[in-house]
Amino acid sequence: MPQRHWEDFSPGSVSEFGPRLVTRDEVVEFAATFDPQPMHLDEAAARASMLGSLAASGWHSCCLLMRMISDGFLGQSHFLGAPGVDEVRWLRPLRAGESVIVRSTVLETRASRSRPQIGFVKFLFELIDSSGAVLMTLTVSPMFARREAASASQDGMSG
Amino acid sequence: MRFFEDMRVGDRAEIGRHTFTLEEIKTFAQRFDPQPFHLDETAAAQSLFGALCASGWHTACMWMRLAVEHRRREDDERRARGEPVAALGVSPGFRDLRWLSPVFPGDTVTYATEIVELRPSASRPEWGIMTSRNTGTNQHGEPVLSFISSAFVERHAER
Repeated sequence: MPQRHWEDFSPGSVSEFGPRLVTRDEVVEFAATFDPQPMHLDEAAARASMLGSLAASGWHSCCLLMRMISDGFLGQSHFLGAPGVDEVRWLRPLRAGESVIVRSTVLETRASRSRPQIGFVKFLFELIDSSGAVLMTLTVSPMFARREAASASQDGMSG
Repeated sequence: MRFFEDMRVGDRAEIGRHTFTLEEIKTFAQRFDPQPFHLDETAAAQSLFGALCASGWHTACMWMRLAVEHRRREDDERRARGEPVAALGVSPGFRDLRWLSPVFPGDTVTYATEIVELRPSASRPEWGIMTSRNTGTNQHGEPVLSFISSAFVERHAER
């Protein structure tokens, strides 16, 4: 299958990736490494916290989403990285043992002014649990290689 | 953690530093962000980053870990002085995250946090919302990471 370029992303297009089961062990392991707050490590502490029961670190949700979209389409695209993330909203806890999907919506595309071989695609990613509730939204504009620029540079090489 | 009323806009703390090894960069990337520019030296040399670098999620997650450890040290000191410790609630999210320079193997990033806004929660009177600007700076003094995050912080009980 040919790798996707910037031109292959169209505003309004929606895709879904997953499902992905998030186990209690991985929730605790991630938290122990990157977010060792008792509410992400221990059931009793989680019950006493705002979360109400053991739930993943919000950063874990971000990392799981990154992996799901990498497997879902970034790995089959000329993906060049992202300069940052516009916004992440943690709306509801991701409970240990929950199964999640990612819904991806292309919001807009724009060519880079300074680098003609690159374009940005602005996405809304939503992490959604098995009941259909949106747990997290993430808005980001990753960079992709442009097909036109790629063929233009090949022309230049041969000419 | 101080109580909401004892915090001031402009309060800044250096929360810790971390040296990113090649091994941990690859381990994180394999798990959560399996892009060639985080995993393969040859592919990374051809990428926009010019060399293998850490996942931006990795550098951001390390901020979280150091922030938790910093708060734990602060809480221990308060308890040792016989002072009460405020609870930290969950975070509604973050915005304007920028990966300003790549983090390469062997780089040491120093992380800091500064309070930029304090406001009472409209819906939860026992909590305030603290907004912080969080940064990471490498050993050359170059900023590598910046983002604005919010978290609920306990208020003093009504007196």
